[in-house]
Amino acid sequence: MRKITIDPITRLEGHGKIEIFLNDEGDCDRAYLQIPELRGFEKFAEGRPAEEMPRITTMICGVCPTAHHMASTKALDDLFKVEPPPAAKKIRELMYNAFYAEDHILHFVFLGGPDFVVGPQAPAGERNVLGVIGKVGLEVGGKVIEMRKRLRNVLRIIGGKPVMPTCGLPGGVSKRITEEERETIIDAAEYAVEFCKFALTLFDDVVLKNKEYVDLITGDIYSHRTYYMGMVDENNKVNFYDGQIRVVDPKGKEYVKFKPQDYLQHIREHVEPWTYGRFSYLKNIGWKGFVDGEDSGVFRVAPLARLNVADGMATPLAQQAYERMYQTLGGKPVHSTLAFHWARLVEALYAAERALELARDPEITSPDIVNLPTEIPKEGVGVVEAPRGTLIHHYQTDDRGIITKANLIVATQNNSAAINMSIEKAAKSLIKKGKVSDGILNMIEMAFRAYDPCHACATHSLPGRMPLEVNIYDCNGKLVRKLETKE
Amino acid sequence: MAKPKVAFYWCASCGGCEEAVVDLNEDILKVANAVDIVLWPVALDFKRKDVEALGDGEIAVSFINGAVRTEEQEEMVRLLRQKSGLVVAFGACAHLGGIPGLGNFWTRDTIFQRVYREVPTVENPDGTLPQEKVAIDVGELTLPEFYDTVKTLDQTIGVDYYLPGCPPPPDLIMKAVNAILSGELPEKGAVLAPEKSLCDTCPRAEKKPEKISIKEIKRPWQVILDPEKCFLEQGVICLGPATRSGCGETCIRANQPCRGCFGPVDGVVDQGAKALSMIASILGLEGEERITEEEVKKLIDGIVDPAGTFYRFSLPASLLRRRRIE
Repeated sequence: MRKITIDPITRLEGHGKIEIFLNDEGDCDRAYLQIPELRGFEKFAEGRPAEEMPRITTMICGVCPTAHHMASTKALDDLFKVEPPPAAKKIRELMYNAFYAEDHILHFVFLGGPDFVVGPQAPAGERNVLGVIGKVGLEVGGKVIEMRKRLRNVLRIIGGKPVMPTCGLPGGVSKRITEEERETIIDAAEYAVEFCKFALTLFDDVVLKNKEYVDLITGDIYSHRTYYMGMVDENNKVNFYDGQIRVVDPKGKEYVKFKPQDYLQHIREHVEPWTYGRFSYLKNIGWKGFVDGEDSGVFRVAPLARLNVADGMATPLAQQAYERMYQTLGGKPVHSTLAFHWARLVEALYAAERALELARDPEITSPDIVNLPTEIPKEGVGVVEAPRGTLIHHYQTDDRGIITKANLIVATQNNSAAINMSIEKAAKSLIKKGKVSDGILNMIEMAFRAYDPCHACATHSLPGRMPLEVNIYDCNGKLVRKLETKE
Repeated sequence: MAKPKVAFYWCASCGGCEEAVVDLNEDILKVANAVDIVLWPVALDFKRKDVEALGDGEIAVSFINGAVRTEEQEEMVRLLRQKSGLVVAFGACAHLGGIPGLGNFWTRDTIFQRVYREVPTVENPDGTLPQEKVAIDVGELTLPEFYDTVKTLDQTIGVDYYLPGCPPPPDLIMKAVNAILSGELPEKGAVLAPEKSLCDTCPRAEKKPEKISIKEIKRPWQVILDPEKCFLEQGVICLGPATRSGCGETCIRANQPCRGCFGPVDGVVDQGAKALSMIASILGLEGEERITEEEVKKLIDGIVDPAGTFYRFSLPASLLRRRRIE
C-alpha cells in the first residue's frame, strides 16, 4: 500500500497535513487531515481578568479576531448579567457584519476562488490571488482591494485595529460613533453591497456557466449527508450576531433549536490520538466515527450549513440570491461541499446589506454605549456565528471576575469530522490505480478549502500553526511519494 | 537583475500577521512586483520542498511570524535561516512570544490535560491524548513534538531585525520592505519602529497632568472610560509608559488602554518589570507619607493579574521566561 502526504496544505488559515494510504490496487484506502499544532487558550485563560478575554481570544485567530472578540464580549454580558444599551448592540452588530462581508470576499478571492476562477488543475504558480486578478482583470482586482480597504476602515473606526479589535466591554462598547464616521461607514457599506452583487454575478459567469464546475458541485465526489448547525433569529432567518442555535437533520427537518447557554446539552467533542484538533458531534446522537447519515452525530457548520438551517435571509437582495441558489441546486438541504462557496457569497451580500441597514439607523450614533455591571460574576456563555461556523465561548470566574475555567468551541472544529470525511471521499473518488497528479491533489485539497477551515482557530488549544502536505504510502506503509504541488 | 526572493512563514501564531500584509492594500501589488515570493502558505501553493531546493542564502529575506512551540516549527525556521540572507521576526509572537507565550504559565501536560480531558464538552473515556507516533490499521501517523515552553524566534535562530506589534501596522511593514529593497538598513538587531514610548505619541498626552497618582486601580468595566483623559489618571492600567510607539495608538483611539504588544523601548530588557515599576511609582503617590500597610496592600490587590497584565505579550522574552517546571 502507498501513502500520500500533502504538506503544507496551502490557502487555508493555519497549518495542515493530509495523509493518504493506498491499497494493493493503488486506490485510496484511508485519508487523514492532521492538525500538527495546538496553543492551549483554554488553559492560559485561567487567572486572567474576564474583561481581558475579548482582547486575548482575538489572538486565537487573526483572520476572524472579530468573531472571537464578539463571542467573548457577549460571554461577558452573560457573565456580569448586564444588558448593553440598544446602540451598543447595534454598533457591535454593524462592526460584525462589516467584518463578515470583508472576510467572506477575502476567502473567495484569495483562498477558494483560485480553484474556480483560475481552474482546479492550473499550474500551482498561477493558482492564487494574482492568478485570479490576471483572469478577471486588474480593474476587478482594484475593486476587491478598495472594498476591503473601506470595510477595514469601518473596523478601525469602531474597534481600533482591524486585526485585533479592542472595543468590547461587558455591557457595551468603549467608543461611540460620530455622525461624520457614520457617513464614512454608510459609503463603505454601499460599496460593499454593490461589490457583493458583482461577486455573485462573477460566480454565475465563471462557475455556473461552466458545465465542468457545475458537475463538480452537484456530483457525488464532494457530497455528504450530514446534520447542519447555525444561528437563527426569531423568524428563523440567518443571523451572525445573536439568536438561537438551530440544527436540521440530513433531510432538512428541524432536529433541535436551543439557547446558546444550553450548548452543553447538545454538543460533545471527540479526541483522536493522531491530531491536535478535536471533533465536535451532536451529543444526543453520539459519535459513530467518520461517517455521515442520520445515525451519525457528525454535523456541519459555516455558510452552507447556516443557509440549510434557516428559512431564509433577513435582507431582500440576499433573500433573492438564497432562493436562486436552492432553485439551481435542487432544493433544501444542499449537501454538496463545494456549494459552501456559493453560500459564502450569499452571506457576504446579506452582511453588506445588514451593515448598511444598521449604519443608516440614526440610533447608531447614540452616546449611550455602555451599562456598567453591578452583579457579581460567576458564569457566562457567548455564541456568535463566525464566518467558519458556530463559535462558543464559555467562562467561569471567581467573585472578582477572574477566570477559573474556560471552554472554547471553535468554528472549524465543528467541521473537523466532516472535513476529514470530505478529503477521504475525494481521494477515494479521484485516486485510481496509484495514479496521482498535482491537479488531482489540488482537487483533494479543494475538499477542505470549501470549508474555509481555520486551523489557527481549531488549534487555539496550544501555540503553533501548520502548513499542509500529502504523503502517499504503499501497502507496506512505505512512503513512496511526498506530494507537494509544484510549478 | 533578478528580483530578490522573499519568504513569509508562520509558526505559533494566528494568521493576523498575514492579514496585516494583505492590509497593505494596493501596496501589496507593488511589493509583489518588486520581489519574487518563494513561500507564503496562506496564499500561495509553494511547499517546503521548493524551499529545500534553494541554495543557502538564496532567499534575500524571510519574514517569520509566530512563536516557536513545536518541533516542526523549529525545523522550518532553521531551514529558512539557512536559506536566507536576512531574517525578520515579524510581529509580537516572533519578537516577544506574544499571546501564545502565556502558555509558559503552564506545561505541555497541564495544557493537554485541560484541552483533551477536562473541558466539559470533551467525551474521552479512555483519556486519549495526541501522540507523536500513532499506529493505525493502514500504517503510521506522526505529529510534531509539542514543547513545554514557547520560545521567541531569536531563542531559536539568529534574527537580524524585528518588526513589532500585534500585528505590525502597514506603514511600518512598508518602511521595512523599502529599507530592505534599497539596502538602507539600520544596525543588525534593530527594532524597526520609533524609539519613543507610546506615552510620548499618545493623543491624550497633551491633557495628561504633570504628576499622576493612582488612588484606586479601576478595571475597564468599573468606570465609564473618558475618551480624552489619560487612562492612568482614571486609575485604569495602561502599558503606554513601558511600551514602544509606532502602532498608531489604535487601541487608545478606540478608548481602550495599551496592553503592550509593541514590546519595550530600546535599552529595556524586561517590559513587564518596567511596567511594574512604572505603576508602583504612581500608586498612592499622593499622601505617600501617611499611607498605612493595609492601604498599600489594598491598592496592590487592585492589580488582579500582575503577571498576565505586565507580561501580556512578552513572557517568553522576559527574564522570567516561564513558570518554573516542578
